Amino acid sequence: MANVILEFEKPILELEAKIEELQTFSKEKEIDLSEEVQTLQKKVETLKKSIYGNLTPWQSVMIARHPERPATIDYIKMIFEGFMELHGDRFYGDDPAIIGGIARFKGQPVTVIGHAKGKDTKENLVRNFGMPHPEGYRKALRLMEQAEKFNRPIITFVDTPGAYPGIGAEERGEALAIATNLTKMMALRVPVIATVIGEGGSGGALAIAVADHVSMLENAVYSVSSPEVFASILWKDSTKAQDAAVMMKMTSKDILSLGIIDEVIPEPIGGAHKDLQKIAGTLADSLQKALNNLKQQPIETVLEKRYDKFRSIGHYISG
Amino acid sequence: MFKDLFRKPKYVTVHADTARKDIPEGLWQKCPECNEILYSKELEKYLKTCVKCGYSFRMGARERIKATVDEGTFVEIDADLTSTNPLSFADYPAKLAKTQEATKLKEAIVTGEAAIEGKPVVIGVMDAGFVMGSMGSVVGEKVARAIERAIERRVPLIIFAASGGARMQEGIISLMQMAKTCGALARLHEAGILYISVFTDPTTGGVTASFASMGDIVLAEPGAVIGFTGPRVIEQTIRQTLPEGFQTAEFLLKHGFIDMVVTRTQMRETLAALLDLHVSGGSENG
Ligand SMILES: [Zn+2]
Repeated sequence: MANVILEFEKPILELEAKIEELQTFSKEKEIDLSEEVQTLQKKVETLKKSIYGNLTPWQSVMIARHPERPATIDYIKMIFEGFMELHGDRFYGDDPAIIGGIARFKGQPVTVIGHAKGKDTKENLVRNFGMPHPEGYRKALRLMEQAEKFNRPIITFVDTPGAYPGIGAEERGEALAIATNLTKMMALRVPVIATVIGEGGSGGALAIAVADHVSMLENAVYSVSSPEVFASILWKDSTKAQDAAVMMKMTSKDILSLGIIDEVIPEPIGGAHKDLQKIAGTLADSLQKALNNLKQQPIETVLEKRYDKFRSIGHYISG
Repeated sequence: MFKDLFRKPKYVTVHADTARKDIPEGLWQKCPECNEILYSKELEKYLKTCVKCGYSFRMGARERIKATVDEGTFVEIDADLTSTNPLSFADYPAKLAKTQEATKLKEAIVTGEAAIEGKPVVIGVMDAGFVMGSMGSVVGEKVARAIERAIERRVPLIIFAASGGARMQEGIISLMQMAKTCGALARLHEAGILYISVFTDPTTGGVTASFASMGDIVLAEPGAVIGFTGPRVIEQTIRQTLPEGFQTAEFLLKHGFIDMVVTRTQMRETLAALLDLHVSGGSENG
């Protein structure tokens, strides 16, 4: 896979290239430059911390949309055993933009559902860039109700720019499919855990994220619309997406401080794609902790808390 | 995204020589659908619908309530709830203040208890004139409270939707109102209480994708634009012109998403007839 470098990462790369150059030079000429190399290596670390530790909201969006960013399928492979994909909504079709099935998590059968982005253009065309049609949401709901029947916890991964805006999607009831999921998920009698792993775009994201425990990976974003759409609605100018990203408060840190999510899962420096092994481990630990916690409570309590969690979101005054 | 849905109603100015000279200006309006000249008084009498083609002019929340419920029965609830500015969004408080002044509304929905043909209901009516009828914290809270009140009182719930979707200025908090209102509807459903949803022009985005689509019975006014994504965004995405009549009430009826298209002049009696079939908020046999 070709390394995709984001604009703001270039200073780091330049410095790393310089170190490599020095090392090659020192080897060839047999001159000891270890002190210089060490100084530069320290400088790289400091630079990384300062760049990645202070990402602007737009830079977070760029990392969340990074073509190499681990997708649902990667986490399924890394975290679960024996995943069996199940297909179709039993009504219209099978939507490749949502992947779902049964697997074992730490030995226990669970239902796993997530938006599916492609790894390259070809796969993205098949998966529609992770933008589901109604049949995707209906497949997700079918699998969730199946999980409920067999008392399996549900684990979802959110990673979509949004539900697909198209003629077929409207004809087959995109809005109703989303609304139905929001309504039915609130009453599912099994624990539901959702993690925003990349882009959490609009109702198309929320439609699989009405959960008891909702977390975001550190560089994931979650928002009412994409920053481009936000800018075009409010300022009639989609090129102001960078400003929109700031105004919308869509980073994990902002969303946590607004009380919308329960947890931010730290990523390896530079983003999840820099170390899949590591992020998968951290994510698995978070899932296990959340699941253990939920399993200890009677389902009535879990349902009550799920309701209250969403019921209490809102900022208003009387008068 | 939804701006194009919110173009001003076409109260077209007709040149004096083409209009009827004997009617002073302001006393008539032209139907944007069939060009019929409509006397304002008559237009009011027919609840702002064109007598010739049935076109429904936009209607505010207060006029809608007046046209729908028994006279003198409406008692507003949660009238004083107003949005704060959770994202510290520049100009949002000023925009709200200006809109409140212009519309004489506190927010994009009015809720309350009332009776229709003597049958008690909890009713909510959205107003597209208030920040495009968008749903933020207050709309979400008022809808949730209306649902909870219907459960508590065991009376049917009626909501007239009119909305451009989520309130952008409240960002993710607006998005979460979709889950909040649908969650409350899950409980209404469990309690066996009737919910009639009425789509009016226009209803798109997060309101269509939440409580407005979830009625036990879903009605719509003729010609109302109803959809998830606004037509302009769809056209931009797929780069083709949308078919005639796409996302209208009739289109949704044909595709199986609403039960009936009901003209405004028939709405009250239709609601009354439906309520009559559901006593105690639920089934007559229950
Ligand atoms: Zn007409």
